[in-house]
Amino acid sequence: MSQVPIQFKLNGQDKAEFIDEAATLLSVLRGKVGITSPKAGCEQGTCGTCSVLIDGELRLSCITLAQTCAGASIETVEGMDTDGKLHPLQQAFLDRFAAQCGFCTTGMLMAAKALLDKNPNPTREEVVDAISGNICRCTGYEPIIEAILDATGGSAGSYRRA
Amino acid sequence: MTIKRGRGIASVNYPIGMNLGGDPSQALVHATPSGKFMVTLSSIDLGQGMKSVTRQVAAETLGVPIEDVYVDTADSDTGPHCMGSFASRGTHRVGNAVINAAEEARAVLLDAAAEKLEVNASDLETDGKGNIQVKGAPSRSISVMDASGAAQFEQGKTVSGRGIFFVPRNYPDPETGAMQPVTCYAHACTVVEVEVDDETGVVTMVSMKSAFEIGRAINPAMVEQQLVGGGWMGMSHALYETTEPYYPNRDHAPVDFSSYLMPGPGDICPIDLVVLERPAPDGPYGGKGPGEMCATPPIPAIANAIYDAVGVRVDELPITPEKVLRGIKGMSQTH
Repeated sequence: MSQVPIQFKLNGQDKAEFIDEAATLLSVLRGKVGITSPKAGCEQGTCGTCSVLIDGELRLSCITLAQTCAGASIETVEGMDTDGKLHPLQQAFLDRFAAQCGFCTTGMLMAAKALLDKNPNPTREEVVDAISGNICRCTGYEPIIEAILDATGGSAGSYRRA
Repeated sequence: MTIKRGRGIASVNYPIGMNLGGDPSQALVHATPSGKFMVTLSSIDLGQGMKSVTRQVAAETLGVPIEDVYVDTADSDTGPHCMGSFASRGTHRVGNAVINAAEEARAVLLDAAAEKLEVNASDLETDGKGNIQVKGAPSRSISVMDASGAAQFEQGKTVSGRGIFFVPRNYPDPETGAMQPVTCYAHACTVVEVEVDDETGVVTMVSMKSAFEIGRAINPAMVEQQLVGGGWMGMSHALYETTEPYYPNRDHAPVDFSSYLMPGPGDICPIDLVVLERPAPDGPYGGKGPGEMCATPPIPAIANAIYDAVGVRVDELPITPEKVLRGIKGMSQTH
């Protein structure tokens, strides 16, 4: 397969790579530039764990042709912190125990960031809608929903511990 | 079309571990050159908290700060034997093995400290902050690091311990059939409310309320995490998941996540839970296993709630809208 040059911005930094013509963005991120937060889950666009932001929009990197990202700005979880200080969403996921096996977590964070970047005060329904393309096998979703609402400053706990 | 509401209840006694070959797990504990402790296991943490719980148990038994304990696990090439992470056995079986190993390592540590302090080891205690001191005379003390250093560099001892836990295999009495397959059970009771659309057969979860008796909650936040996630899994087993929707006919078998259905974040209901702690006599610090038990009672509770709502008794999982609707139509034909 012939190689083609591509330039894009990755978490605010300029990148230039030679990639396979048919490479997916996921394979370029994981295999070429050492970004491993997007996971290779279903690799057919149904599980959401490969989610990244492309020019601020939530996208599935496993079904995005890397060449289409020329000149684009790509965000992943690796770029969420500020000088080592966790993003409020990351902190809320920690505080709410919103991860178990962790395989969905980075995709969930991206979906949540895409929402909050545009809508800093979402309703519960808007949060549910925002993560509905991301599958989680462990948490039952409730801790994730609550973490995202917590990160906005709200709180909507619907379960309790005796 | 009517939306009908129903309530169902179910209880479970769930065995911890299994009655096969003794169901053993092993642990090794040793002090590193810097006086920290390494717990070596093969038990796998899939996100349930195996590493956190065994770290807590090891720190508690050794009498050292939890920050000074590392857990190295999930490699059967290098670790000691473990049957695996299943049967809700991890906390109970592996926790007990870690206690055994940590007790042996602690005894060597206290012997080394006793030699340095010129006292009897039985007169020593740990302060949980990294020091070993004479009971009643805390000014006579030595740090864990110095004691393990003395063992390694002056006394020629390894500060280490070996642990194994297993429950001897039990066979049924040939006369009565009575047996004791496991030594400890977790318990739960779940009450669910559902709404059933009698035109489409769609079941909507309204609420799930559960009480769990899981021994001591060694890590309460992770217990809650398991129980909330398990509630969702029970819901998923009851209403959504199958690889064989028309078994033995393989038609319509799902091939990906767009056809293998699970409840999404918009399909869940409020999960209300209460944890009751009744420490198990043979559990590590009383712990049992909350893992699988929490996913089981929602299933019969949901089936019962559907029966309560529309009078349809479905005994094959998952309880799909099609099965509910066929049940409703079957009733109207017979009446």
